[in-house]
Amino acid sequence: MADKILKKLNIKVWRQKNAASKGKFETYTIENISTGSSFLEMMDILNNELIEKGIDPIAFDHDCREGICGTCSLYINGRPHGPDTEVTTCQLHMRKFKDGETITVEPWRAAAFPVIKDLVVDRTAFEKILQAGGFISVNTGGVPDANAIPVAYEDAEEAMDAAACIGCGACVAACKNSSAMLFVSAKVSHLAKLPQGKVEAKKRALNMVAKMDELGFGGCTNTGACEVECPKSISITNIARLNREYLGARLSK
Amino acid sequence: MSKFLAASIGRKFLMSITGLFLVAFIAVHLIINLMLIFDDSGELFNLAAHFMATNPVIKIMEPLLGLGFLIHILWSFYLEYQNWRARPVKYNKKDASTSSTWASRNMLVLGALVLVFLIIHIINFFWVIKFEPHTLDTVIIGGEEMEDTYTLVSNLFKGSVAYCIFYILGGLLLGFHLSHGFWSAFQTLGINNNHWMKRWHVLGYIYAVIVAVGFSVIPLYFLIKF
Ligand code: HEM
Ligand code: SF4
Ligand code: FES
Repeated sequence: MADKILKKLNIKVWRQKNAASKGKFETYTIENISTGSSFLEMMDILNNELIEKGIDPIAFDHDCREGICGTCSLYINGRPHGPDTEVTTCQLHMRKFKDGETITVEPWRAAAFPVIKDLVVDRTAFEKILQAGGFISVNTGGVPDANAIPVAYEDAEEAMDAAACIGCGACVAACKNSSAMLFVSAKVSHLAKLPQGKVEAKKRALNMVAKMDELGFGGCTNTGACEVECPKSISITNIARLNREYLGARLSK
Repeated sequence: MSKFLAASIGRKFLMSITGLFLVAFIAVHLIINLMLIFDDSGELFNLAAHFMATNPVIKIMEPLLGLGFLIHILWSFYLEYQNWRARPVKYNKKDASTSSTWASRNMLVLGALVLVFLIIHIINFFWVIKFEPHTLDTVIIGGEEMEDTYTLVSNLFKGSVAYCIFYILGGLLLGFHLSHGFWSAFQTLGINNNHWMKRWHVLGYIYAVIVAVGFSVIPLYFLIKF
């Protein structure tokens, strides 16, 4: 399929100088964008044009640009990572948009993710949650023999599925309550499902949830929006597991 | 305990337990109410209502039920307020319908409307039966004298199309609330996994439809028949 050219697009984007300033939307026009280019390439082209005009380029997060690092964000046309499923913003292509369209680009919105500049938000809150328990501290020795510790196939699969989380924060951005439950449940699950992680499972669930609450994320009301918008399709059954782990840990304490 | 309820999952736990308690109550309530349309003489419903009013188990459950409602309602407003605060700056453009159902996003709206219904419903029937029983006629069924609750209920529906529609709407609203609430309660309690996800959703929809249809069919019956 040959790439088409989008003759004209209006990019309505959130501009904010720094964390303290108020911020507002600006609309820029951009012409002749190939449908084969990625959304971030379009943003790069737009930024070049802005620089030539002497306007401060739009700040946005990006790193690997291949959907594995979790750095890119952007709330595009009302959806985190834009109008496509199972992709990050860096993997989103311009063929998903129509010629002449106005594309609204906003940062993740959550009390726990304050805007630093334009579309860049501070996601340190996720690091803090991980520091509260997203690790194992038992000594597992050197590299063990394969199959020395048997792990059931289903457990391994579920752990690997949960471990696919790249920590992008789209779940928080998608949630009407800005809840971080999908992220936390993925991080709790991928360890809780494996023998090495079981040792500290209870403490981990309690501490990570306590940290999540402390940082100002909202509570889960099971709308399921997070799973749909998650680029890695992390299942909300992980949230059920986190609820189970947490309630169990509370009861046995 | 207070520490448990301060945590997000603890708070949700209380919501789901009270919700499931109300789910059980609504099931019993519906079964009793359906007797209204299966015996036009009113005997069946009067007997059931009398049994409920005098049964010691029900008497113990009554204040518990009031408490359940109160906690569920007050707590829901508090939790939604907290969730609302977690996003101080709102989005300019939202496309929420691609990723979640309308009911799941509007549980408080649905709940609050159910609350409006509930208040008027209590004034209509519960209040009269409980605190003004002398205003009711009595009937003698099987040699026992009891309040004629059937006439109280059927007169309201026979005499007012507006009330019939109001009660139909009440049933539908509760059905919508439960279309999300039912499965959500089990998810909150952690009683869910890949296999049960689908099952809870299906069971929830079935229960919600039974509640919505079951409750609205009663005023509809009086509307059409009388
Ligand atoms: C009368 C006013 C009511 C209000 C204001 C209300 C409000 C709410 C709210 C805000 C939620 C949380 C939404 C969520 O977690 O997604 C909720 C959940 C729920 N409600 Fe209600 N509700 C009411 C009545 C009822 C009734 C009568 C029933 C049962 C027949 C019921 C059953 C449930 C259930 C099962 C849940 C799910 C709990 C969970 O997700 O853990 N509610 N309600
Ligand atoms: S759960 Fe999904 S949406 Fe949330 S941080 Fe992980 S990868 Fe991103
Ligand atoms: S830039 Fe790494 S996932 Fe998008």
